[in-house]
Amino acid sequence: MSHASFDQHLDIPGTTIFDGEMAMKGYGLNKMCYSFNGAQGRDAFLADPEGYMAKYGLTDAQKDAVRNKDVLGMIREGGNIYYLAKLAGIFKLSVQDIGGQQTGMTTDEFKQKLLDQNKQ
Amino acid sequence: MAKVIGGITTSHIPAVGNAIAKELFDDPYWKPFFDGYPPVHAWLAEHKPDIVVNIYNDHGLGFFLDKMPTFAIGAAHEYHNEDEGWGIPAIPPMPGDAKLSWHIIEGMVEDEFDITSCQELAVDHGFTVPMQLFWPGLLDNPNLPRAIPVSANTVQHPIPTLKRALDFGKSLGKALRSYPEDVKIVVLGTGGLSHQLDGERAGHINKAFDLMCMDKIVHAPEELTKISRMELVKEAGSQGTELIMWMMMRGALGDDVEVVAKNYHIPISNTGAGMLLLECKD
Repeated sequence: MSHASFDQHLDIPGTTIFDGEMAMKGYGLNKMCYSFNGAQGRDAFLADPEGYMAKYGLTDAQKDAVRNKDVLGMIREGGNIYYLAKLAGIFKLSVQDIGGQQTGMTTDEFKQKLLDQNKQ
Repeated sequence: MAKVIGGITTSHIPAVGNAIAKELFDDPYWKPFFDGYPPVHAWLAEHKPDIVVNIYNDHGLGFFLDKMPTFAIGAAHEYHNEDEGWGIPAIPPMPGDAKLSWHIIEGMVEDEFDITSCQELAVDHGFTVPMQLFWPGLLDNPNLPRAIPVSANTVQHPIPTLKRALDFGKSLGKALRSYPEDVKIVVLGTGGLSHQLDGERAGHINKAFDLMCMDKIVHAPEELTKISRMELVKEAGSQGTELIMWMMMRGALGDDVEVVAKNYHIPISNTGAGMLLLECKD
């Protein structure tokens, strides 16, 4: 099957283009994370994570990634970083913590990497 | 008649809200960022706009993937924020101007832009952080203008092209200038510049690209419309697509603008933080 040129995405290493395909794949996971905008959703998740994930219909792969706080795994399974950030908030993880996790660095090493970007 | 007096772009990083709450203005990490803003405060104090059209991108508070408008305009009497799930401070409701909102919506749909109108819209840090940056004290600030939020989709591809963003701004500017009341309007474009939060490339910042965009957007914004959306992701990072809001702002200002203030600093959080104040000359 051929695709129109507008369906073609550049292959950018280390980067997932969150498009319709990913948005469908990650719908349940992202919908659960969207519910974390409210304290009620956050409390319900913390009280019973497994029950809460089941309520939103997460796939086994999505559940595993959430259990392991595995951000790259969540992204692979259709998670969008803006919604995942709300889950990270529940786990008290900053964007530098999850930056370090995704790049195989400690948080301090990742912060240093950001500071070093000023030398460009 | 209404007059668009200028536009201001700024990064809207959530950490800035916390830094303001903690008054970290002279902290060594924050000082190079906050030092960019006093010239903007002076300009706003001199010109006292009545209205701010705040163009931002919702990050998963006002909209979810169930219904994702490419362009949405607030048409409410006031706008509330929420903690977004990670404890961003609540600010008091920001007063709106529903009458002007509907004038913009009428004008832009007549001009063939398909707008989603929102009588309720929870506004996130993309909207609130710039309000805090530019009008310290918010409701306690006598110069706080009435606000109209405009949100563009950068959450989910396909996102709008840079050309569409610039054209949107032109149509917005036309609608604003046709408003019969004598109000002064400032337009904000918030977000950016280069940054990427997700994936193995997290931490990507591209100073040369950011500075090129800050230069071209002043007098040659059309040149930036040649950048494809995929090129934009590649150069500026997944979230660097927020340049879209800068282009929307720029389009609303008309051709002849002058740079009043400019600042760029790496890093604030994961971001190349940019600020630009343009005054309309025509």
